[in-house]
Amino acid sequence: MLRDIILAAAALAVLLLLPVLIPHPALRDFIVYVIAYGLLAMSLNLLIGFTGLVSFGHAAYFASGAYGFGLLMQSGLVSVPVAMLAAVGGTALLALAIGAICVRLQEIYFAFITLAFQMFIHSVILTWVALTGGDQGLRGGIPRPAFLGIDLNDGRTLYAFCAVVFVVCLLIMRQIVQSPFGYTLRMIRDNPQRANFVGVNVRRVKLAIFVIASSMASIGGIVLALFVSGAYPDFAFWTTSGEAIFMIMLGGSQLFIGPLVGTVMLQALNHYVTIYTEHHGMVLGTVILIFVLGLRRGLADWVYEWFQSRNTRRMAVMAAAQLGEAKHDKLA
Amino acid sequence: MDLQALAGCLASASCVVTQASTGLIVGMLLFLVASGLSLIFGVLGVINFAHGAFYMLGAYFALTAYGLTGSFALAIAAGALGVAAFGVVFERLFISRVYGRDILMQLLVCYAFILILDDAVRTIWGAEYQMMGMPEAFALPPVEIAGGFIPGYYLFMIGASFVVAVLLWYGINRTRLGKVVRAAALNPQMVAALGINTTLLYAGVFGVGSLLAGMAGALAAPIRTLTPGMGLSILIESFIVTVIGGMGSIVGAFIAALLIGFTRSFGSIGFPLFVDGMMFGLMALVLIVKPSGLLGRPIL
Repeated sequence: MLRDIILAAAALAVLLLLPVLIPHPALRDFIVYVIAYGLLAMSLNLLIGFTGLVSFGHAAYFASGAYGFGLLMQSGLVSVPVAMLAAVGGTALLALAIGAICVRLQEIYFAFITLAFQMFIHSVILTWVALTGGDQGLRGGIPRPAFLGIDLNDGRTLYAFCAVVFVVCLLIMRQIVQSPFGYTLRMIRDNPQRANFVGVNVRRVKLAIFVIASSMASIGGIVLALFVSGAYPDFAFWTTSGEAIFMIMLGGSQLFIGPLVGTVMLQALNHYVTIYTEHHGMVLGTVILIFVLGLRRGLADWVYEWFQSRNTRRMAVMAAAQLGEAKHDKLA
Repeated sequence: MDLQALAGCLASASCVVTQASTGLIVGMLLFLVASGLSLIFGVLGVINFAHGAFYMLGAYFALTAYGLTGSFALAIAAGALGVAAFGVVFERLFISRVYGRDILMQLLVCYAFILILDDAVRTIWGAEYQMMGMPEAFALPPVEIAGGFIPGYYLFMIGASFVVAVLLWYGINRTRLGKVVRAAALNPQMVAALGINTTLLYAGVFGVGSLLAGMAGALAAPIRTLTPGMGLSILIESFIVTVIGGMGSIVGAFIAALLIGFTRSFGSIGFPLFVDGMMFGLMALVLIVKPSGLLGRPIL
């Protein structure tokens, strides 16, 4: 816990220092995108990597956070923190209702039904033009009135605010993963029958993590809505969920930090590949194939396993050497 | 929402005929793509997310063959057989490496190919919309039924798809080869132990599934605009069809495809913006009530 807090403080310091050291506005934009999509990917990995629930509809909650927050701010009735809390709370309720239906299904059928609900929400956003602006997205921008002396209309303040929110979310997710509840999730992933036998209410735990992960995703949506000052139906489209899965697979699903590595990789790929070549699809597709068929796991997982196996090899060598010395002593 | 317009349409025979014919061709195209998807999943246990891209390839192959030879029959053959050949190579080189692996890995391989194929089509045929045009043989005045007009090509397409549906059903349920395929779906080890080359069988099934997608693309080419990325919407819809009909069930895919086709054609009058929402709502409903789909094998 203490170690996590120190790491989080260090991460925050790095995040805040980076734009000072490299004062390029593009870098700040890049990091905010990584923060928003990183929250989406990392919260999705609570489901995919830690619980074994392959959700294909996670972007629905990303969008519900963005739209909820945007609409509340446009109403002009509440301040930024209140709107954020309300948007997260609303998303949690939405996820509770949808999740209660989804967790009854297993494996591939869980993926299908989450996809169906997400696309249903996407259609509602497109259809309900009076509220959401339809395919144009939320129009008129999202106001950012100052609160507690913090003025988010200033680019640097906005960046710092996003960074703090991000690090706090990471810390919360880290605590969830390391708690007994987090280990229950891993047990459900590895052996749901056994989890059931030792008295875990599997469906209730799945529903709980579904709601938690969706709430975290909604914060990613809020950050993005706050930053781009709008919300678009694409946030809820299935390709956004697909990209989140893709980030997890690129970075690795077994380490806590893996999806974030994947987010940085995908954002950088998207950014640079579009600059240097028109053949964006070819390059991205080839990179995926290399990871899936070559490494067979995400980058962070691959590096971690490489270190692990190197350590075990070194241990084996040391053990063999000790054994050899022991024999030598005996002979002498 | 304009439910009055829908009621008005249902009251007039000509409108019903026109919308029903549109629903039928949408449904039949969907059936061709979805039955291939369903067949591949039923036997190989793999969900081929690249199936929509295969449909696109079929349409573009047909476009080129038609432009070169001027024969629509050859265009359909090129679309169907070309994509079948591509499918077999794809299965051997890539999909066969992810059998039995995490579904996410299968998904990503297919996703990679969606990106690559869309980009390849954009490079070879161009990013702009393309039209194949109606073949001369079908440049006939539309047929009138009860006051509604149906283009001759629609009738041909519905007939051709129906013949394919019957052939597919007969092949799977009434022939020896079909029996082997069904056995392989249930217990591949046993089938292999009995001396049947399952590697060949898998490649063949994948090829047939791809052939159906390619043929659907070729049949759709005269009535749809061709564009890179055209496979995406049909992939999502045929996905809904497979889930509603039951994964691995051909008859189920047929019923569900017609259901979705009619939802599309009549829904576009009553609730044009919410057609997609309606389809996903149907899919969610089926998953809640009967997760294995209308005619799928019960799960567990």
